[in-house]
Amino acid sequence: MINTVLDILSVRKDFPILNRKVHGQPLVYLDNAATSQTPTMVIDAIVDYYKRYNSNIHRGVHTLSQEATDVYEEARQKIQKHFNARKSHEIIFTPGTTFGINLVANGFASLLQAGDEIIVSALEHHSNIVPWQMLTERTGAVLRVIPMDVEGELVMEEYHKLLSDKTKLVFCNHVSNALGTINPIEEIISAAHKVGAAVLLDGAQAAPHIKADVQQLDVDFYVVSGHKMCGPTGVGVLYGKEEWLNKLPPYQGGGEMIAEVTFEKTTYAALPHKFEAGTPNIAGGIAFGAALDYMNNIGFDAISRYEHELLTYATEQLLTIEGLKIYGTSSNKTAVISFNIEGLHPYDIGSILDKLGIAVRTGHHCAQPIMDFYKIPGTVRASFSFYNTKDEIDVLVAGVKRAKSMLI
Amino acid sequence: MSIQEIQEEIIAEFSMFDDWMERYEYMIELGKSLPLIEEQYKTDDNIIKGCQSKVWVHAELNDDKLVFTADSDAIITKGIVAILIRAFSDQKPSDIIAADTQFIDEIGLKEHLSPTRANGLVSMIKQLKMYAIAYQTQLN
Repeated sequence: MINTVLDILSVRKDFPILNRKVHGQPLVYLDNAATSQTPTMVIDAIVDYYKRYNSNIHRGVHTLSQEATDVYEEARQKIQKHFNARKSHEIIFTPGTTFGINLVANGFASLLQAGDEIIVSALEHHSNIVPWQMLTERTGAVLRVIPMDVEGELVMEEYHKLLSDKTKLVFCNHVSNALGTINPIEEIISAAHKVGAAVLLDGAQAAPHIKADVQQLDVDFYVVSGHKMCGPTGVGVLYGKEEWLNKLPPYQGGGEMIAEVTFEKTTYAALPHKFEAGTPNIAGGIAFGAALDYMNNIGFDAISRYEHELLTYATEQLLTIEGLKIYGTSSNKTAVISFNIEGLHPYDIGSILDKLGIAVRTGHHCAQPIMDFYKIPGTVRASFSFYNTKDEIDVLVAGVKRAKSMLI
Repeated sequence: MSIQEIQEEIIAEFSMFDDWMERYEYMIELGKSLPLIEEQYKTDDNIIKGCQSKVWVHAELNDDKLVFTADSDAIITKGIVAILIRAFSDQKPSDIIAADTQFIDEIGLKEHLSPTRANGLVSMIKQLKMYAIAYQTQLN
């Protein structure tokens, strides 16, 4: 049963896109783990910026530039407050999670030596594997992998065995994008710190559902994307502890990131500007701040409670379909269901669901190692957000049944 | 029949359907009649890149005509390949190279033609034409 305290019908009114039809059917949007939808107040923040104070920040003497700088920096403070960072300059604006990971990987290239070890988890998104492979190629460091089990959980005993004084970095997602597993990050962080290793968490899939407190977690780096949190695409944030951000070299050269330039030498600007070369996505940063306002106004406790109800209901209902198998069965997961039907290709199921107005993701979800583990080509992934309803889950279940009857 | 005539026949068949569901059901049926590729040709080299599902295509020259066989692990994709092969198989390479693919549009599969679409219909057509070009060179 859904016993939510949220007024879903009123929440849904905030999202104009939810009114549209697809192939003549009302849209049922269940691809939230890829991109969440955008409420009117966030769209308005973007429009307002371009209508009233579009201008370059941090360098103008004129009023518009001042206004834009103020609102952009306010957004940074909102993000700081949301993640409970100690200082606002520990919040670096990026184009998204992938960029944040690459920034840290690139920075560590100058800190690692041959034989040092980097640990990643078997549950990673490609964006969290490839940069480390590139880093090991450049530095001679070695990549170690925390294995997963059949439930889609990390095998923590193996993690503890991998840790040693050679370990310099541990990278792990807070929540798995393909399976929804919430990883035991507290244990991962504290064990890594005991051997002196830094920890970067990919928070892209966690941040839309769970409010992370970076000080309480004592995490060294945390990266997120705006477009999964009701914000626009093309903007994200890297949180880094001040001492780490000071240790890492800049990632890109350009305007904004310098203090003084001569042809002999450049001195870099202080944080956060050292990592923010060039004109940033100003409207995006501002809208990201508005998106956090929106979500905090609803409240993350209410969001995660309601989404858990959706997950429970959807899991029960989907499992009534004969031959349906769910991948990722941890008791601790976000509202993501990855599934297959015996004998059917996920692509076929997804194509028919699309014709019924239901948006899901099919394929390997940029996590081929997980698909290899299960020996499957991919899955159908339905991922829920706080604006989804029980009725929409019923539409999904009916759609999957219809697809099955057409295909078998 | 010429490629043109076969395409017109396919268009006529699809024009009988009122909605997508009937079209998809027919495609699934067509998939079952696909001339299947021999297991020995189901190699990585014969996989068409750009498809979310796996699609294998093999071509062989029979006199002066090119004969295609194929398979896919997804049923709808198999139907799409079957339609293409019906239009292009057992034809002269030069005719395959010259043929247009407008009929895909007319049978309501236009959405599958987008180059970014995961089923890679565009890649399949390109691959069939590549085979035709290769064998045409051989015939010359």
